[in-house]
Amino acid sequence: MAAAAVLSMSEIENKAMNLGIDLSTIVFDNVVLPPGDDFGITSDDEDILHEEVAPEFETGYGNVIVVDNLPVVSPEKFAKLEGVIRKIYSQTGVIKEGGLWMPVNPDTNMTLGYCFIEFNTAQEAKEAKEKTDGYKLDKSHIFIVDMFDDIERYMNVPEEWTPAEIKPYEAGDHLQHWLTDEKARDQFVIRAGIVTEIFWNDARQLRPDPVYQYQYWIDNFVQWSPLGTYLATVHRQGAIVWGGKSTFNHIHRFPHNQVKHIDFSPGERFLVTYSSQEPSNPRDTHRVVLNIFDLRTGKLMRDFKGSVDDFTTGGSGGLSGISWPIFKWGGGNEDKYFARIGKNAIYVYETETFILVDKKSYKVDNVGDFSWSPTDSILALFVLELGGGNQPARVSLVQMPGKVELRQKNLFSVSDCKMYWQSNGEYLAVKVDRYTKTKKSTYTGFELFRIKERDIPIEVLELDNKNDKIIAFAWEPKGHRFAVIHGDGPRPDVSFYSMKTGGITARVSKLTTLKAKQANALYWSPAGRFIVLAGLKGFNGQLEFYNVDDLETMATGEHFMCTDIEWDPTGRYVATAVTLVHVMENGFHIWSFNGKLLYRIPKDHFFQFQWRPHPQSLLSSEKEEEISRNLRKYSKKYEAEDQDVSLALSEQNRKKRRVLQEEWETWTARWKQYHEEERELRLQLRDGEPSDDEGSQEQYEAKEVEAEEVLDVHEEIVD
Amino acid sequence: MRPILMKGHERPLTFLKYNREGDLLLSCAKDHTPTVWFADDGQRLGTYRGHNGAVWCCDVSHDSTRLVTGSADQSVKLWDVQTGTQLYSFNFNSPARSVDFSVGDKLVIITTDPFMGNPSTIQVKRIAEDPEDQTSDSVLTIKGPQGRINRAVWGPLNKTIISAGEDSIIRIWDSETGRLLKESDKESGHQKTISSLCMFTDKSHFLTGSADKSAKLWDTRSLTLLKTYQMDRPVNAVAISPLLDHVVIGGGQEAVNVTMTDRRAGKFEAKFYHKILQDEIGGVKGHFGPINALAFNPDGRSFSSGGEDGYVRLHHFDPDYFSIRM
Repeated sequence: MAAAAVLSMSEIENKAMNLGIDLSTIVFDNVVLPPGDDFGITSDDEDILHEEVAPEFETGYGNVIVVDNLPVVSPEKFAKLEGVIRKIYSQTGVIKEGGLWMPVNPDTNMTLGYCFIEFNTAQEAKEAKEKTDGYKLDKSHIFIVDMFDDIERYMNVPEEWTPAEIKPYEAGDHLQHWLTDEKARDQFVIRAGIVTEIFWNDARQLRPDPVYQYQYWIDNFVQWSPLGTYLATVHRQGAIVWGGKSTFNHIHRFPHNQVKHIDFSPGERFLVTYSSQEPSNPRDTHRVVLNIFDLRTGKLMRDFKGSVDDFTTGGSGGLSGISWPIFKWGGGNEDKYFARIGKNAIYVYETETFILVDKKSYKVDNVGDFSWSPTDSILALFVLELGGGNQPARVSLVQMPGKVELRQKNLFSVSDCKMYWQSNGEYLAVKVDRYTKTKKSTYTGFELFRIKERDIPIEVLELDNKNDKIIAFAWEPKGHRFAVIHGDGPRPDVSFYSMKTGGITARVSKLTTLKAKQANALYWSPAGRFIVLAGLKGFNGQLEFYNVDDLETMATGEHFMCTDIEWDPTGRYVATAVTLVHVMENGFHIWSFNGKLLYRIPKDHFFQFQWRPHPQSLLSSEKEEEISRNLRKYSKKYEAEDQDVSLALSEQNRKKRRVLQEEWETWTARWKQYHEEERELRLQLRDGEPSDDEGSQEQYEAKEVEAEEVLDVHEEIVD
Repeated sequence: MRPILMKGHERPLTFLKYNREGDLLLSCAKDHTPTVWFADDGQRLGTYRGHNGAVWCCDVSHDSTRLVTGSADQSVKLWDVQTGTQLYSFNFNSPARSVDFSVGDKLVIITTDPFMGNPSTIQVKRIAEDPEDQTSDSVLTIKGPQGRINRAVWGPLNKTIISAGEDSIIRIWDSETGRLLKESDKESGHQKTISSLCMFTDKSHFLTGSADKSAKLWDTRSLTLLKTYQMDRPVNAVAISPLLDHVVIGGGQEAVNVTMTDRRAGKFEAKFYHKILQDEIGGVKGHFGPINALAFNPDGRSFSSGGEDGYVRLHHFDPDYFSIRM
């Protein structure tokens, strides 16, 4: 798997030569290494094997726990204590008959302060340990519960502490090397069939340039980390994170059996993995496991286990199953907090300690949804109506830590709310669906919060026709504008609004409305200014490339049946793809930002297309402004390069064509010769008839002759 | 280029063939009647009645007097082109898939499908000068290839037989002994069923189309792969222009896969490729179903296509077609 870690084939050949071994006589599959010795050759798949779940110890005591720190009692109270213990542990599982044994000191007849409990199954024992470890019987007796099997392990802990061996520092691979590409190209990963490939987007050459390819690589899917440093591949046994300078090497493995989803924290500090086990018996609980790993060390920081119901409560949808991600990360790129929603509470954890902030959940009655500001530690909460409308629904902004409510807005007769943060956390738009007076239908309005301004002013925005259905909403990344697709008919309208009009006290205002567009999805360029209005699904993949600065359409296009659209992180190119959602037309197209189709690649069984994200720009905003002001100066160099490349390309093309043409001419010359040689024989086959296919075409003259021929005569008597 | 839409067949087209002079166009379809048309204006001239099943293939003799047709009714029939009378019927115990006259029209290759336990065969029959003397004896019978043989044609000087079919391998046989001479390479060759095969006029090279979404050009004598034309759809029909260095390739998604939402989804265009550079030149739209048959007029100035939709579309090229520069 990891080519770099293993000897290269040429090295092996050289070594074999030195030893006088003919490699071709060896069948590698028949070579058996002595057990326990791998001659320093790391096997491709061995470490995966190691990560299979550790085999269960078959000591036969897997179902026995040891409960320590019990009160020491005299024989009179023995039965009472036994009864108490039995009562506590009967709740968690079935204690075997005679499975509770409390040893007694033969000298004093007093108990020794511990007991053994044998359950029916190891599972019950484990659960009992989890549930009662730390159980407070009274102030001075807090249970310490261990598995019987573990006792031996604890006994073998050496008394002397030996300092851990400190490994010499090895310079790591340059994980952000791709950013230093001379041609400033971007990478993307695709998964089609069994092959996963990473390419450079070489727009100048109008083709993708392969970087790395692996077959049979992925069991489930691949995902870039949010800053593009790593590529995670998800397998049955867990997730593997890859990265590196030129090839993709293992960085870490994150074992998690049957992992289904993964999620990176936005600052790439942590990785969350999720698995769920469908119960074979419907009465059993559907258990889910969440692990949070430190991405750089590979250490498991915290795990969460429980039944699926614990993780699905709350949220607006009453759907079965979970909505991924369960944990939402807050605090911007520092990954300070993560939170999940529960019944009437938000669970906010700190990554310093991996425990709940203030050691308790944040109680919010009837909370329906929440989201973090993308840059600050601000939580936006949506609370549903309580008491049949006696207590209105509300949206509130809460600062973490401290849980200080920054702003709150009550909303009446609300059916649903959706929150949209602008990428810099400057604005929050809340889409509110309200019931009409009759409660039979809903209409939509927006509440716009200006987070960075004093007192967080709120503005209410209603569309010109407030009965319009909202099909899509999107903020301009890092900008102050947003786009809305609204309308009921088959051709909805698209409107653009700006938050920055009207002098000092800025107000929201409409820039323009485009009427009757075939669009149902919005894709802003990550650099802002440009947007792709896309008509996916029912609209068959209509694309419109729109410039919001000049309010004009730059180009329209179509990628028939298009299912996915993604801008590259710089906003220079757009990828449109048809994935396996449709059986046909699978593949992807690459467009320039202004809607010019650059190249298309068909791929059967196309699963995924993902651009490699960029970390945040290191340039200050002043510097960026300076560059855009003097763009002409900077672009000169690149324009010259572009021209060179296109010249070289056309030269190459010409050459290739000439070669093909010459090759063809040699073939046809030979064929002609054969044909000449065989002429006589052909004439013979045709009984000397001279008209072969050669040269006789001009000899005939077309004459129009009218001829009548009686085919059949019928006589019928007509009465 | 305004096409002439030739309506006459009631079922999907299967095969198209021009006579040598290029004034007649013969069409076969899944309805039971092969039809002859004026190749210039698309007028229907007549039909050949007698088959009792889909007609898969036909060939017309050098002097345009004899027509041979192969049908799913397990017969191959010999017709008088002018009068439409049936001269002879070769009967088999499985459907006949393809027919091809030899140079000199004295022999015909017939392939039969695997059917009811019978394997597929390639058979050579002798065509008597006088239909009265015609017998059904086979001069040669070749068995061996697995699955259906979709096409078998004569090589130069009738010395070889070239066959292609469901097992995606092209084979060259000795037409005297029936010995296998050459097989196409599995790696570089087609990966799925070969649906069609078209011989260039001088028999020096031929083009094959396959469900693996490609068409390939081969040297007839050495069976070396010369060119590959990559498509985005399964190929059902191919033709080589006798005049320019162009090939035309047609096909489309199989009926079961066609989405009902849009005509474009199926890609029912006939695509033109530059034979030497392998670049796409253009496409001709129009059919409502996959293209099953393509043929160039021997003068290279028009071509016709037959579709699953039951239409034959006859296209006369515009003058600017002849001045395309690549």
